[in-house]
Amino acid sequence: MACDRTDRYPARYAVSQSDIAIRMLNAPITSRSTASPDIRPGATPRELRCTGEWLLRSAAQIDVRIDACLSVMPLPTGGEMLIDAQAVTALDTSGAWLLHRTRRDLELGGCTVSFTGLRPEFEALLRLIATRTTPATHGPQSEPGALNRIGGKAWESLLGAFGLLSFLGASAIALMRELVQPRRIRWKSILYNLQTAGVAALPITGLLAFLLGIVIAYQGAEQLSRVGANIYIADLVGLSMVRELSPLITAIIIAGRSGSAYAAQIATMKVTEEVDALRTIGIAPIDLLVLPKVIALVIALPLLTVYTDIMGILGGMVMARAQLDVGYATFIDRLDEAVSLTSFLIGIGKAPVFAVIIALVGCYQGFQVSGSAESVGQQTTKSVVQAIFLVILADALFSIAFSWLNI
Amino acid sequence: MSAAADTAVNSEADDAVIDIRGLNTSFGDAVVHRDVNLTVRRGEIFALVGGSGCGKSTMLREIIMLQQPVSGSIRVFSSEVVGLSDEQALPFRRRWGVMFERGALFSSLTVTENVAMVIREHTDLDPSLADEMAALRIALTGLPADAGRKYPSELSGGMRKRAALARALALDPELLLLDEPTAGLDPLSAVGIDELVRNLRDALGLTIMMVTHDLDLLWRVADRVAVLGEGRILGVGTMQELSRSEDATIREYFHGPRGRGAMEQAWNRK
Repeated sequence: MACDRTDRYPARYAVSQSDIAIRMLNAPITSRSTASPDIRPGATPRELRCTGEWLLRSAAQIDVRIDACLSVMPLPTGGEMLIDAQAVTALDTSGAWLLHRTRRDLELGGCTVSFTGLRPEFEALLRLIATRTTPATHGPQSEPGALNRIGGKAWESLLGAFGLLSFLGASAIALMRELVQPRRIRWKSILYNLQTAGVAALPITGLLAFLLGIVIAYQGAEQLSRVGANIYIADLVGLSMVRELSPLITAIIIAGRSGSAYAAQIATMKVTEEVDALRTIGIAPIDLLVLPKVIALVIALPLLTVYTDIMGILGGMVMARAQLDVGYATFIDRLDEAVSLTSFLIGIGKAPVFAVIIALVGCYQGFQVSGSAESVGQQTTKSVVQAIFLVILADALFSIAFSWLNI
Repeated sequence: MSAAADTAVNSEADDAVIDIRGLNTSFGDAVVHRDVNLTVRRGEIFALVGGSGCGKSTMLREIIMLQQPVSGSIRVFSSEVVGLSDEQALPFRRRWGVMFERGALFSSLTVTENVAMVIREHTDLDPSLADEMAALRIALTGLPADAGRKYPSELSGGMRKRAALARALALDPELLLLDEPTAGLDPLSAVGIDELVRNLRDALGLTIMMVTHDLDLLWRVADRVAVLGEGRILGVGTMQELSRSEDATIREYFHGPRGRGAMEQAWNRK
């Protein structure tokens, strides 16, 4: 092993391996060629000669040479086979494996194989390889067909839906238990979550709602001014923001902001076995990790929605004055007539439902993590996508229900 | 210095796979290493022991260039490694295998992929041969064949350790650096790792440097042991030599209740 091995892993061969194989097969054995590894038929058909350094860096080359050697010589079936390894100058586990595999392949053909001239330390290595590896018993696994995959995915989605439902149930039961024994409610944790999911979200939700108000007013202004119905800008901005857009945009921002954080936190805790630790200490993970988040978000999201209502209408007001000459006082007067209390309450009333969806989906996806770093990322993504999907779905269901009820 | 002595020093230096001179490390005010000198010779199994937090793993991390010492020289394969860029470090990193204490397997890859990835990155083997080589490494560490298809999270602690060793062996390294190779293993698996480490050294002429607390492992496989404490090397030698040492810390380490048990076992085996 004293040989210089600084350049053990040369850059990719410029010449293709089969080229090398053919060239080497035709090359005469010279003393100079001993460094590069080779295997070729020996003096008799029952003899193979190995030469050179059998190391990982040239394993690809050796592999090609073995194939070439075993394909050019008529393989004897049965009988004795001799592998002359006297000229093998270096051997590592990779080289030893290739030697061992050659022997095994010959033995599968019914030969008894013996080595000659192998250095004692190489022989020890070969023995180690032989005792540690057992012949492969399993073939390559068959890939599942398309139908199989579709079925698998469908079944997985179904299980996911059931899982989410049963998680909802478990959380509801845990909530009941806390309501019966109010001293078990973790106020500190709830307040902390109110701070991070509610107060800290004020700037971004406010800014986005304000911009949304501007956009709606700007789009509406042209149409309204064409028919001279400038004052109805208050109806347009007020109703659309209060009833639909403000609860929706707030829920979507919070799903991206807090839902993902819930999923990532719980997933990481699960990977590091902190969730299991909680359980063994006698704290139900749902009590500590899920309920405070759900309760805090159910309080925070309606409040945030009121705030975004105000900010959105402010945006509309600014735009109405700039584009339609509708003053602030006129706008607010009209707003009072246009937006009924019912509309306002419908908008606010959706928020707690959205909050439950966001918090539960985030926590549930966090608990579904499978233990790898990649899976933490996947579950976080899933939590956001699923939460936004379910929020919009719930919003659509609300619209249908309200139109049936003629509200 | 006479010419003869000079040659002797040189031949000793050639023999050294790791040569640490005047190593100083500190984190803020806490001094971890104070002028430490240490040599690991070719083909030996060298163990670094010492109490928790005495800087064993830090030294290992400095050797593999994950951390910089404050001053001093670390020569690996007779070349200085302190202050090398990542690009300059690459040739070194291809010649050694490192096994981390907690495995550090890539959690989103199967065991086979973990090992094959290293092989594919640094050689030009075709995928099936690379997988074959990976399977060989996995088999060498004593893992069952079906473990290759599993993800690290599906393995027990001991199996994860073996998988980590398989990855460290991926490139047929000349130098193997092991951080706590047997920590968290059941005694039977630990003996398996002992034997494997010794077999690999005997068959491949590997140099192995390990950080360990396992006194049984020290008695079974270590050729030489260095005891680290109070920021310096308290003693270097074979286990027999160290067990006769007068130093209070070394005596406490090797003659404590656990140390005695391991020593008696070692004597009984002889």
